[in-house]
Amino acid sequence: MQEHTEKAMKSHNPEVRVGVFVCHCGSNIAGYLDCPALTEYAATLPGVVYVKNNLYTCSEAGIAEIKSAIQERGLTRVVVASCSPRTHMPLFKSACAEAGLNPYLFEMANIRDQCSWVHMQEKEMAQEKAMDLIRMAVAKATFLEPQQDIEASVVRNALVIGGGVAGLSAAIAMADMGINVVLVEREAELGGLLRRVNRIAPRGDSAAERIQELVKEAAGRANLRILLRSEVTAVSGVIGNYEVTVREAEGTERQELVGCIVVATGAVPFRPEGLFGYNGETVITQIELEEKFRAGTLNARSVVMIQCVGARSPERAYCSRICCLTAVKNALAIKETIPDAHVHILYRDIQMYGMENEKLLWDARGKGVRFDVYDVDRPPVVRHGVVEVYQPLLGEVEEVPCDLVVLSTPLVAPEGATALANLMRIATDQNNFFMEAHAKLRPLDFATDGIFLCGTARYPATVAEAQAQGLGAASRVGTVLFKEKLVTSALVSQVTERCDGCGYCIELCPYGALSLEEYEKDGVMRRRARSDKILCKGCGLCAATCPKGGVVVLGFTRKQLEAQVDAALEAV
Amino acid sequence: MNRDVLVIGGGIAGIQASLDLAEMGFKVHLVERLPSIGGKMAQLDKTFPTNDCAL
Ligand SMILES: Cc1cc2nc3c(=O)[nH]c(=O)nc-3n(C[C@H](O)[C@H](O)[C@H](O)COP(=O)(O)OP(=O)(O)OC[C@H]3O[C@@H](n4cnc5c(N)ncnc54)[C@H](O)[C@@H]3O)c2cc1C
Repeated sequence: MQEHTEKAMKSHNPEVRVGVFVCHCGSNIAGYLDCPALTEYAATLPGVVYVKNNLYTCSEAGIAEIKSAIQERGLTRVVVASCSPRTHMPLFKSACAEAGLNPYLFEMANIRDQCSWVHMQEKEMAQEKAMDLIRMAVAKATFLEPQQDIEASVVRNALVIGGGVAGLSAAIAMADMGINVVLVEREAELGGLLRRVNRIAPRGDSAAERIQELVKEAAGRANLRILLRSEVTAVSGVIGNYEVTVREAEGTERQELVGCIVVATGAVPFRPEGLFGYNGETVITQIELEEKFRAGTLNARSVVMIQCVGARSPERAYCSRICCLTAVKNALAIKETIPDAHVHILYRDIQMYGMENEKLLWDARGKGVRFDVYDVDRPPVVRHGVVEVYQPLLGEVEEVPCDLVVLSTPLVAPEGATALANLMRIATDQNNFFMEAHAKLRPLDFATDGIFLCGTARYPATVAEAQAQGLGAASRVGTVLFKEKLVTSALVSQVTERCDGCGYCIELCPYGALSLEEYEKDGVMRRRARSDKILCKGCGLCAATCPKGGVVVLGFTRKQLEAQVDAALEAV
Repeated sequence: MNRDVLVIGGGIAGIQASLDLAEMGFKVHLVERLPSIGGKMAQLDKTFPTNDCAL
């Protein structure tokens, strides 16, 4: 259906034989651009020996045409003018590779997302822009060089930091997947926060039993080692091969070589020193109330709970998610232990998300637990034996007699979270919680490859959520460790002869991929940058910063970019 | 034991599960009753809280 033109070789380099494939993308491109005209235009460009128009270049037929053109026409460069390299580059590159052409000799012009889609109303100018984009891609393709993918080995071991419900769930799941796991817990016992909790809402299971089950399961796995009273003190290396130093109870240090790391260091309840008369005896926190239940020492006739203590405030703007559930759970538990006790919950908003949680709230109301909204600007005042609450509707202060006040405080990041984050070069948010790579698309990954996140180390969560995240993190680890080797793009930074070791680029690198090394030349010690090909993501900050061309990113070398820029300016 | 996995439902959860399983080396069959995958997410424009394009 399409005609193709074999052009006389215009290029100075006889090795360069470019084939250009122009995609209609159905009507996505062809509805706005004249694709046959673009194809004809491409045929006039220097170095181009073959052109072809496709309805869908990514279809089976389109891919077959790329392959046969490489083989039959002896193409040494392939340019596809279509959509985004983010989605389709891998497909076209592998087509090149299958036909025997080095996949790094492939280039794309995005005439859809960056042209037909955004310039639907100005077709003529869009046509010109598409011509520019194709000309630029062809010019760059001329200077592309073959590269080899970077391959690295993978150690099928994983490290879990933190032995709460999230870390234990991740560790057990990974052990069951056949991964050798080492779990590092800084306390003398496993279980995390659940060691202090009484019953787990909404179902009411015993936290002690839940932890016992998990610990027993963990202990029964031959390929799961548990290091108690231990902490991670150093981390180096990259995905597939992290070297981790762990300081054990006795102070001895040991080295662990692992392919991936799971961070499950949890969170701790905020201690409300100086707030609402907190004293740990008559004014306590929810976690202290849980401990009273466990010890069987609860003794109160009249209890007032105050929600959002130290949360949703200027210092800690977030909602801790679990405190409403915890307060309602504990109000019901007080009613169960001491049926004629009075419980009064002072709150700002009740957040009982989920089907089972909402039911608990109605149960509590049914059992006579009293709920009252308090005004943030006139919060309750705790006095001896009484809490004064301003009732906005009445415009009056009500005195609620009580012998116990329970403050619901948020979960906050544990001590040492920032130090740990720095060790691994992973991000934390303004509250020192660890921060995932993308809130929706990569909720369990860190931006640093091979390090994953689960449980309340990210944000306050319920046991069910923490456990689900632990299992999720385990399968994310599986996606890395079940590979025979890691293959990464060769388009990363490369230090050149021109580097004089000034070090400008080193601090800038967001991935810590650059370091300084010393070497000897002509009997003189010199310095230069060194690039770690696995850590490097090819972002190009270093190359853009270096005033001397001392570091380049392959696939975006000065020569290649200049060719592209010159081609862009040709039209002007 | 047959090591293939069947995933029923091609929304964001089903797609992510399928991708992770495929990355682990399993052969995955993703079944969706509608003519295209993407589920609810594909019908949304921007999603809270990061407000990036759901597509
Ligand atoms: C008062 C209260 C009541 C609750 N009630 C309920 C409830 O009824 N239902 C419910 O679903 N949830 C409840 N929760 C929430 C529940 O406790 C959490 O969901 C759960 O504990 C989270 O588990 P995790 O493994 O993520 O973290 P954690 O349980 O916090 O475990 C983290 C572990 O990591 C260790 N660690 C920390 N830093 C390091 C380090 N640097 N190196 C090594 N180890 C480290 C800690 O020692 C700890 O063992 C309640 C919480 C509170 C505060």
